[in-house]
Amino acid sequence: MRHTLSVLVENRHGVLARVAGMFARRGYNIDSLTVGVTEDPTISRMTIVVRGDDEVLEQVTKQLNKLIDVIRVSDLKAEDTVEREMALFKVSSDVSNRSEIMQIVDIFRARIIDVAPKSMIVEVTGDETKIEALEQLLRPFGIKEMVRTGKVALRRGAKGVSS
Amino acid sequence: MTGSTERMTGARALLECLYREGVDTIFGYPGGVLLPIYDELYNSDIRHILVRHEQAAAHAAEGYARATGKTGVCLATSGPGATNLVTGIANAYMDSIPMVALTGQVPSSLIGNDAFQEANITGITMPITKHNYLVQDVKELPRIIKEAFHIASTGRQGPVLVDLPKDITTDMIDFSYPDKVELRGYSPTYQGNLQQIKKAAAEIEKSSNPVIYAGGGVISAGASAELMKLAEKIQAPVTTTLTGMGGFPGNHPLFMGMPGMHGTKYANYAIQESDLLIAVGVRFDDRVTGKIKSFAASAKIIHIDIDPAEISKNVKVDIPIVGDAKWILSHLLKYAGKARSEDWLKKIDGWKEQYPLHYIQPVGDEIKPQYIVEQINEVCPDAIIVTEVGQHQMWAAQYFRYTEPRTFISSGGLGTMGYGFPAAIGAKVARPDKVVIDVSGDGSFQMNSQEMATIVQNNIPVIIAIFNNGYLGMVRQWQEIFYEKRYSSTCIRDSVDFVKLAEAYGALGIRATKRDEVRPAIERAIASGRPTLIDFIVECEENVSPMVPAGAAINEILDLERKE
Repeated sequence: MRHTLSVLVENRHGVLARVAGMFARRGYNIDSLTVGVTEDPTISRMTIVVRGDDEVLEQVTKQLNKLIDVIRVSDLKAEDTVEREMALFKVSSDVSNRSEIMQIVDIFRARIIDVAPKSMIVEVTGDETKIEALEQLLRPFGIKEMVRTGKVALRRGAKGVSS
Repeated sequence: MTGSTERMTGARALLECLYREGVDTIFGYPGGVLLPIYDELYNSDIRHILVRHEQAAAHAAEGYARATGKTGVCLATSGPGATNLVTGIANAYMDSIPMVALTGQVPSSLIGNDAFQEANITGITMPITKHNYLVQDVKELPRIIKEAFHIASTGRQGPVLVDLPKDITTDMIDFSYPDKVELRGYSPTYQGNLQQIKKAAAEIEKSSNPVIYAGGGVISAGASAELMKLAEKIQAPVTTTLTGMGGFPGNHPLFMGMPGMHGTKYANYAIQESDLLIAVGVRFDDRVTGKIKSFAASAKIIHIDIDPAEISKNVKVDIPIVGDAKWILSHLLKYAGKARSEDWLKKIDGWKEQYPLHYIQPVGDEIKPQYIVEQINEVCPDAIIVTEVGQHQMWAAQYFRYTEPRTFISSGGLGTMGYGFPAAIGAKVARPDKVVIDVSGDGSFQMNSQEMATIVQNNIPVIIAIFNNGYLGMVRQWQEIFYEKRYSSTCIRDSVDFVKLAEAYGALGIRATKRDEVRPAIERAIASGRPTLIDFIVECEENVSPMVPAGAAINEILDLERKE
């Protein structure tokens, strides 16, 4: 079972190492981790996707809370959360198939952000399934390189994690 | 911020901070990057005890903390000095002991360059400290020291490390000390949830086979008086873990001794047959629980602990109560009535009679190690007993009746050989009024025997009682039982003359080889008022008994006493 944790931390050096080290030491698996500054420049938000049953999640949450630099931990439930991920795909392409790829990109409401004689780069934003679906469709053309950001998420409505 | 500011160096400011935190003693060892701090210590009111190895500084700081409840402080230089503290820091972390470790660091401009005596000590100690700091600006120093002491001594206590680059100690600061800490990510819960406490009280009154299982948290919280009142009021028997020894009087009729691997049979039987386990300041360590699935399998479990992460970490808990043990026990006392435990207590008394801790006194005049512990107990029942790790540690836990908290100091979680002697130094410095005895093995003692120089130079009259069996006894015991007596690398017999070693340092050395020499040796050591080492030559293949084999349920407990 996968959970999305939204973790507010002090924006200080070493915090990422503390969090990552805790996961490693206690044998918890991170599927993805993103970190960036929040509306308050002294606070960063980590979005951590972690795999485990309820007991593992309970321990992860408690161990995160034990870290002095961790301010708040929330388990975001899928039903009241919006989540997005971005991916960039560098796809092999030339004149013969360029328009075919562009059609697929349009269907996914993705964008082409770089075109070269033998390749193009596609940018897509969405949830995990959308990114994976696009990847499946682009794969036959030849994906030379790809990068994914990992998930970012916010709770829906006025109530936030920090309030 | 309070008071007017004064301009001073970072080194001077550090000592001002320590002074304001009430630090009277530091255990340490100097080095290149610490020169500015040691220069300030030269005419400071703070007592500095120079050890002979930094590991001892960390253990001594811990011994000081355990004997007093105050935060212990150790100081080491960058690189090897800092890494030598690591075992002591890990030990304090495992046993939740308040400690502030100060380390020198190479100048800020050299950090990351693999400079001479550089080690990334904040990185190294991240998983074994409650928190740590690298000071990057001298202006942060007072806040960081304030926070370090606050974090170490509150909530679930533990070690905090502060790494001090050399330039920070020479930079100038307009010093003022903050009044309070502001840590938005840290606010330990002290007051327990009253609903949960009432639920626990109701369970107690329903219970017929209650057992109180108390640990080091009772001692950290200063909750031993409340624990005794509760046990007496609800009429529940009490077992205390190794780190909880002294948290409940060893001579109390409700006391059952230690649980677990080398616990008493009756404590283990009682846990297994209990219908309500009241766990206070414990963490369900594997040495206590044995096979976890069968541990207290028919009991409801109430778990009182200050660390929410301990709740349901190892066993599923029915009624968790997070908070300070003293606060919670004193409130539980108001709501809880007597359990229906009359028959239960009779049954336990029956077990106590049927399965007492025992050993067989030899026909000749050889010395049984258990006998030494009993004699120490008779001669000085109020002593602080500090131990190393191994067989002697278990005998010291089994055969001495600790009646007060902070009189038994031992490495529980980490199991650090070489811990006891330096920890005893810390305890004796903190409590010069007390007889402090390091109950030691001939193996453990040699891991930090260089500290003989420390106690002689500073005239710290610690008594070292070596239970000399010529073996690394606990490992030998396992080899005897599980490896057909193949004593691989555990025989250390006749490798050193401990009496001569003591004399070489200028300490008093006494040897006892016969049973009737045991008591006079202890009495002479105490009367001498000098640093003293007693070399007790004991039965070499005595086993710690009883014993739960690793992985077995705790009622599957074996007798291992050695017959003639």
